[in-house]
Amino acid sequence: MNETCRVSVERRGDVAVFWTDGYINNQGGEEIAREAYSELDRGARALIMNLEKTRIVNSIGISILIEVLEKVMERKAVLAFCGLTPTIDKTFRIMGLAQYAAIYPTEQEAMRAVGAPA
Amino acid sequence: MAQRDPAPSQPAAPGAPSVSLTIPVAPEMEIVATAQADALGEYIDMGRDKIDEVKLALVEACINAFEHAHTEDNQVHITFRVGGRREAGEWLEIEVLDRGRGFDTAGVESPSPQKTFEERRRRGWGLHIIKSLMDEVQIASGEWGTRILMRKYK
Repeated sequence: MNETCRVSVERRGDVAVFWTDGYINNQGGEEIAREAYSELDRGARALIMNLEKTRIVNSIGISILIEVLEKVMERKAVLAFCGLTPTIDKTFRIMGLAQYAAIYPTEQEAMRAVGAPA
Repeated sequence: MAQRDPAPSQPAAPGAPSVSLTIPVAPEMEIVATAQADALGEYIDMGRDKIDEVKLALVEACINAFEHAHTEDNQVHITFRVGGRREAGEWLEIEVLDRGRGFDTAGVESPSPQKTFEERRRRGWGLHIIKSLMDEVQIASGEWGTRILMRKYK
């Protein structure tokens, strides 16, 4: 079986939008991190991660997302999440991710908040 | 002083309907186990969000065993039980048992966002997440292994 998440990315101006599909564990987290670092290297000033097709992010996956967040902050960029299930939202808050990254209910709201082109 | 617990001698909820599953210590086997939690949660009409909380707690208990138990049999034994009365709080209970080397339950340091972000100590959240998501949690560990017993009410 292969439950590891698939990650797709689309660039909208200087905003990179990520969509995940499936379980985010160490492998899924590392895949997201690779794509995120690549987008930062290409000059993205904001990353939006839409997790609406992910129902479980384990603590290892979240620890990798925290590394991504730290890299984003070093580059003076912005990281926003959207489409979180209540359980993922709760876990992000428990681990402190929500203190440093913005969380929006929908992708449209996240896009508006970071000033992405329509 | 290190705290080593005696091996539990009684089943957690005698007589409760149960399903048992043994999974190998291998990548993503924790997700195999969550399918059982999903099915039993639906069986007692537990809400989707609560089932998701149970599934994440189970994932954390499994990966804790995978990473820290160093089991000789390379397996994690899981028992799912349902119980309670419809009018008095049905529950789903999960027991995760490994026969690894155990750990000092009193010596586990509490994680915090401050340690995670300021001291870059990002791991060690598993037990804290389990306790945050489940209604009742008992952790016993000793030379016989580790048992995490957790219950969520519908």
